[in-house]
Amino acid sequence: MLNLYDYIFYFFAIVILGSSFVVVFSRNIVHSAFALLFTFFGVAGFYVLLSADFLAITQLLVYVGGILVLLLFGVMLTNNIVNVEIKSGTMQTLPASLIAALIAGLLCGIFYVSNWYLVPTTPELLNNTTAVAIGYAFITTWILPFEVASVVLLVAMIGAVIIARREKAPEVE
Amino acid sequence: MTETLFLQFATAILFIPLISFLVLIFFGKKLSDKSAIVGSGLIGSTLLLSLIIFFSKINYFHNQTFEYTFTWVDFGYYDSKINLGIMIDNMTAIMLVVVTLVSFLVHLFSISYMKGDIRYSRYFAFLGIFSFSMLGIVLADNFFMIYVFWELVGLSSYLLIGHWYEKTSAANASKKAFIVNRVGDVGMFTGIMILWSTFGTLDFEKIFSLMSLGVIPFESTVWLTAAGLLIFCGAVGKSAQFPLHVWLPDAMEGPTPVSALIHAATMVAAGVYLIARVFPIFTADALIVIAYIGAITAFVSATIAIAQYDIKKVLAYSTVSQLGYMVMSLGVGGFTSGFFHLVTHAAFKAGLFLGSGSVIFAMHHVLHHHNDHHTDPQDIRNMGGLKNKMPITFWTFLIFTLAISGVPLTSGFLSKDDILAGTLAFSDLTGHTIIPIIAFTVAGMTAFYMFRVLILTFMGSHADSHRIDGIHESPWQMTTPLIIFAALSLFFFYSPNPTNASEGWFYSAVVRPETAVPENVSASSIESFEEAVHHNHGKAITLSLLIAGLGILISFATYYWKKISADKILNMFPKTFKFLNMKWYFDELYDKTVVWFTMTTAKVLAWFDFKIIDGLVNGTASVTKSTAFGSGKFDNVVVDGIVNLTAYTFGFFGLIIRTIQTGKVQTYLAFAIVGALMIFFFFN
Amino acid sequence: MTFTVSLNHFIFVSAILFSLGIYAVLTRRNAIMVLMGIELILNSANINFVAFSRYAGMDVNGHLAAIFVIFLAACEAAVALAIVLNIYKQFNTVNVDEVSTMKD
Repeated sequence: MLNLYDYIFYFFAIVILGSSFVVVFSRNIVHSAFALLFTFFGVAGFYVLLSADFLAITQLLVYVGGILVLLLFGVMLTNNIVNVEIKSGTMQTLPASLIAALIAGLLCGIFYVSNWYLVPTTPELLNNTTAVAIGYAFITTWILPFEVASVVLLVAMIGAVIIARREKAPEVE
Repeated sequence: MTETLFLQFATAILFIPLISFLVLIFFGKKLSDKSAIVGSGLIGSTLLLSLIIFFSKINYFHNQTFEYTFTWVDFGYYDSKINLGIMIDNMTAIMLVVVTLVSFLVHLFSISYMKGDIRYSRYFAFLGIFSFSMLGIVLADNFFMIYVFWELVGLSSYLLIGHWYEKTSAANASKKAFIVNRVGDVGMFTGIMILWSTFGTLDFEKIFSLMSLGVIPFESTVWLTAAGLLIFCGAVGKSAQFPLHVWLPDAMEGPTPVSALIHAATMVAAGVYLIARVFPIFTADALIVIAYIGAITAFVSATIAIAQYDIKKVLAYSTVSQLGYMVMSLGVGGFTSGFFHLVTHAAFKAGLFLGSGSVIFAMHHVLHHHNDHHTDPQDIRNMGGLKNKMPITFWTFLIFTLAISGVPLTSGFLSKDDILAGTLAFSDLTGHTIIPIIAFTVAGMTAFYMFRVLILTFMGSHADSHRIDGIHESPWQMTTPLIIFAALSLFFFYSPNPTNASEGWFYSAVVRPETAVPENVSASSIESFEEAVHHNHGKAITLSLLIAGLGILISFATYYWKKISADKILNMFPKTFKFLNMKWYFDELYDKTVVWFTMTTAKVLAWFDFKIIDGLVNGTASVTKSTAFGSGKFDNVVVDGIVNLTAYTFGFFGLIIRTIQTGKVQTYLAFAIVGALMIFFFFN
Repeated sequence: MTFTVSLNHFIFVSAILFSLGIYAVLTRRNAIMVLMGIELILNSANINFVAFSRYAGMDVNGHLAAIFVIFLAACEAAVALAIVLNIYKQFNTVNVDEVSTMKD
């Protein structure tokens, strides 16, 4: 029997897959970008279903709030605004679709035949918030990756600023 | 008051000065003149909180220690953690009041002293960060935090000394203070690392308890002594002990209230506080070294102070000398008396500096008024007869001078007398008789040079009397702190009995902690030491009174009644005077040795670089060049032939294969994915 | 295979999302679309991390890996967009197949 959990899962699965189809196949880049919003949102829903509350929030904050906005800025800044037709072409569609189909089939096949090692969980564990455990893991076992990550983030930020900066201010007459 | 309330108050005391700093550094320009009020108000609130903590701690929670600790970094392995935390015991409560009180009064004094300064708000901002870092040292319950705030104190002192950085001498002085302090801090850091590698923790309490269970660094008492002395190095730097005392007199280039705050009452006391805080880890050998360093410092700087003419220089050397006293007292085992002297000295020395600031301020204004820009307003030879013009400054200055000279009814007498009794007890117990001899000599010299300053500045008549026409008392913001400090320099704040401090609250509040080092290397026990102190108490009082009286008498005879001609004595020993006036040539010595050595090494290395390395490189280059010329011929004809043939061959194949190199990233990526899939299939 | 949701359902969705991302990366000419494809791929990897962590006893280490992936994606997006803007200034296009100076 399907219960509420399953219906919600299928709803989000349809949102994710449907919107990602739009992302991939839409000719209009702005449509793609907005469809990506729904994909990210659906993934966040998946996280909630998987009891990853902290990650779901992070997904919304970073992807929807940060990366998507960046991508939209990229679209705006690199296309001539006067040019209303914001379209993007495709290439090598035939080999690419072959490869993609091959990968999808392969992965699904592997997932289907594999006998995963599963550990049953208790409802308490699933209903607990994960933020405390994540925070604790960050400053104990994962402290080195955490610190390195902060440095990488800083370097990326500085790098992005330096790369995107204009060399010379445009001359104003 | 509950424990939580204590800790909340202490946290507030720690962070309010930081808030003051942040507000003034960001909004100082907008606040302009109001920034002084903001800074003073915030510091004043910390003073109130400190007083609350102090009174309830001393009266109701006498034997309790409040501590709040949390783990900051957990390394996960070997159970090693770095904790941060604050601790309030009686010593902390007393120091909190000392620091916030002096800081508040100095803020108040600075309001009019610094009026019209171009970096007025920044000055108050720096006072704020200084108070923050000093309170951090006082509240810290572990070596890590104390080290962090230690460096912050160094930084803020650098900023404040260099407040007038347009003056080359001020800029140099701030650099000198910073670098000389670093020398001591390297030692301190090494010492902390020794403790860390042994104990895996930096908390005072944990280290002391582990040590008293018999855990010592590398199973060797020598390392234990070394660790203690290395940590003492930090105190040597910060408390300006011999041989790192050279920075403190130069630091007088900063504004005078800064000298009162940093270089008289608080920052330089941090070293003494550190010794007191980690007292249990010192072995007997380490304590003897500490005692001798203190004694040498006290003596050397007292002799220098006699021969100075700049009022602030005299006070600076007198500070160094008194700090030597405190360190010596801790070294001989007089824990309470050393710390007591730190507190009493903070009051009267801060008062002396503020008094000198008041005088300099007045002199500066009157000289400015007369359009006289050549006379040094800090030179005591240019002063004299200010007694009636500046009565409040004079009378408070007199009280401070009496206190520092150790005249009865003052706080200085109580603490100094106890230190002297401690040195006598030490020589009784261990046979180091030189220490009490130095201590008493320095006591006499202190009385002499302090009265010299007093007489030359305020009494007698001015050589050029119209110059000081129109000189007048400073405004109330400057005199109020003086009066408060003068009141605090009297005995009844500390003990009901003007001849014996051990009846007061201080001696029951601060007691010498039990040592944590193994018994065979520990200093003489508390009981035997106190017994010896008690035994020597009468002797110490008599001797110290005699010697202080003698010093004061000679001073009056020389400078007031002019029975002894100072000039004649100077002419009899010109070399000695020059030697003392030039501060024992320490700066020159360091210039000729350490600085010279560094510079010469750098020069030699530069020469080596330019001549030898560059020569080698150039030589190699010319050899290579001639070889290259020969091989070039060979290359052009023979090798090129082969290469060209190969190139043609590959070029031919390349033309064919080139077609798959489309230059499109995605094509390459598609190939990569196909490759990955192929690997997957082949190795499955 | 049943319709009641289990681990396999999540990772099937992620597998399809992954291949869609690969398709986008391989076919789109616009550099920003390529970036979007990469985001899809990273998201599918994240779903796997979290799903396995959920069905292997609710261990947070999978979540941590996912967080690191998210943060790397943020870095990547920032730097890549900076590069794309620079390319646009240089070539006046963001179509990756036209930016092929490497070929010549």
